[in-house]
Amino acid sequence: MRVNIRLFAAHREKVGKSQFELDLADGSNMEQLARAIVALHPTITQNPLRLAIAVNQEFVDSDTILKDGDEVALIPPVSGGCIHSQKLIRKIATTQVTLTSQ
Amino acid sequence: MIDITHEPLDPELITSRVLQNTNGAVITFLGTTRSVSGERKVLHLEYEAYRPMADNQLKKIAKEINERWAIQDIALSHRLGRIEIGEVSLVIALASPHRKSAFEACHYAVDRIKEIVPIWKKEFFEGGEVWIGSQEDLVARGTPEATHSG
Repeated sequence: MRVNIRLFAAHREKVGKSQFELDLADGSNMEQLARAIVALHPTITQNPLRLAIAVNQEFVDSDTILKDGDEVALIPPVSGGCIHSQKLIRKIATTQVTLTSQ
Repeated sequence: MIDITHEPLDPELITSRVLQNTNGAVITFLGTTRSVSGERKVLHLEYEAYRPMADNQLKKIAKEINERWAIQDIALSHRLGRIEIGEVSLVIALASPHRKSAFEACHYAVDRIKEIVPIWKKEFFEGGEVWIGSQEDLVARGTPEATHSG
């Protein structure tokens, strides 16, 4: 299946584009998504910093399974950082993916 | 009343939109651009948004405030693009019959916007630039999260 990845802020700068299509196995989850993105664009890797993911413009949790045609946005921390970001990650039930090269 | 725009914000105009005769308290919050950020001397900021998710999340916040404090006169305006020192990037205006709700709701609105609205801020300072909230930013400010791994 194919999903459309949206990138913003530092991710957009590191990869050099604001969106791209990604082919994934049917039924892929958030972890598989993260691995596929890193494989395709290794420049996006960073020190483990949990980030949020929005699918079709809604925040999702790590159980989410992707479907063909989904719009997937990587959402780097939006607040002024610090403890707030980490509370945010837990509060809005985001994925626990990290973008690192294995 | 939700607005995301590249145009300069007019706090008086935005506030006027929430003024109703039934309200005894009107609160306007302005998020402004500081010239100093930690040890850094800031030159200007740039804001970027994921739209229309950002618009919808602002609407969600207005709805949350309505449900929790029974306030319906709310205006949330965020500016995008380049913003100079001293300029306004965010205006929150809301009105309520009584001040306690108005203060609480405004505080909630600011915090909630920073939690769930996909709008990012890049700081251009003397000697460099950084996305606020990024790994580089946290490391530079020496926060505990900067050393968190895995």
